[in-house]
Amino acid sequence: MPDPRLSAATFEDLAVPLFDQLYTFARWLTQDTAEAEDVVQEAYAKALKGFASFRPGTNFRAWMYRILRNCFLSSRTGLKATVPLDVDGEQDVLPTDGATPESILLEQTGRQQVQQALAELPVHFREILLLCEVEEMSYGEIAETLGIPAGTVMSRLHRARKALRARLQEELKGGRHGV
Amino acid sequence: MACDEWRDKLDLYLDGELEPKEAVALGAHLRSCSSCASDALERVQLKRALQVAGKRYAASAEFRKRIVASAALPARARVDWQWRWTNALALVLLAIAGLLYVVSGREAARRRVYSELADLHVATLASATPVDVISSDRHTVKPWFQGKLPFTFNLPELQGSDFSLIGGRVTYFEQAPGAHLIYQIRKHEISAFIVQDRGREMPALPSGPVSKLSFNIESWTQNGLRYFVIGDAGADDIRALSKLLRDAG
Repeated sequence: MPDPRLSAATFEDLAVPLFDQLYTFARWLTQDTAEAEDVVQEAYAKALKGFASFRPGTNFRAWMYRILRNCFLSSRTGLKATVPLDVDGEQDVLPTDGATPESILLEQTGRQQVQQALAELPVHFREILLLCEVEEMSYGEIAETLGIPAGTVMSRLHRARKALRARLQEELKGGRHGV
Repeated sequence: MACDEWRDKLDLYLDGELEPKEAVALGAHLRSCSSCASDALERVQLKRALQVAGKRYAASAEFRKRIVASAALPARARVDWQWRWTNALALVLLAIAGLLYVVSGREAARRRVYSELADLHVATLASATPVDVISSDRHTVKPWFQGKLPFTFNLPELQGSDFSLIGGRVTYFEQAPGAHLIYQIRKHEISAFIVQDRGREMPALPSGPVSKLSFNIESWTQNGLRYFVIGDAGADDIRALSKLLRDAG
């Protein structure tokens, strides 16, 4: 029997406020408007169908994002963008990465460049940065959403930031060359 | 702690994931170390830039409307379904209750009929004058009822059978007059009651033989008349007498 506290109206109450965030996340993952809409629509349908299995008191947002992410991973773009198995196997857990002149970097790069760099990142880096910076999820929530240990969140996030900085620097150089 | 070690923890600090005690210590270090402070500032700037850049996309109003509706409509439908189920369940329960009432009502009526028949049967046999008309001949008994009952009936020819007709009397069953015939077979006395069938007012009794109160009973409706055959004789004898009466009727 479904929990009586989970009346069907509650799904609407919980899921509708997440719509904008979920769409943005899906749009970033898919890099395509039509596909993002498909993924979001599928995620809402699946979540509604499986709402009875959602345990009240647990994190609904993480649950919803996990469903959305699974929908993405089984989508056309998602299947092409599978995360390599050894992505977290590298040794450089939390190394210091020299002094990157980020402030200079960021002063010279506008929003467009950051968006461009983010879009060019591999999906597993892009999604973790979005969850952390845009959705402002805790490491615990990210771990729950991505289905990875909290320690992995830390290391993957570190490498994602590093990759983003590298990408921004490249863009900056490219831009300079272009001038 | 060296600056390198602090820097390893900068991301955790800025993400709000550092232990409170360590966070306080790192905060103090940042106030005293300009190099680490500038590194932290850079990281904050990157975070901010990502926050802004991340909100690049917005769904179309049309799509938003569609999803909001899809999240709401099936929910309402589900509520409706729940109601429908509840209603259906209530109806089923009501139907069962009604059925039980009818069944128990019928069962009570049946028990009442059996009791009354058994009482009549036993009381008559215990009486000093069980029958008002004594005869082993149906041609004596049947005419005797003329003018005493508002209906007529046929009695079977008993020649060639083990049954004999002791006699008959007028009886009252369920506040209505009826014929009470007493047959005998091998010292067992069997009562046959014939009354007018009053349809629904009369409890529907199974037409087959019923063992009740240690009596065997058979009941049927024929030509607007209700027949009850009751006695302590075996079910086979009750059935045989019933068949004779039925064939005659």
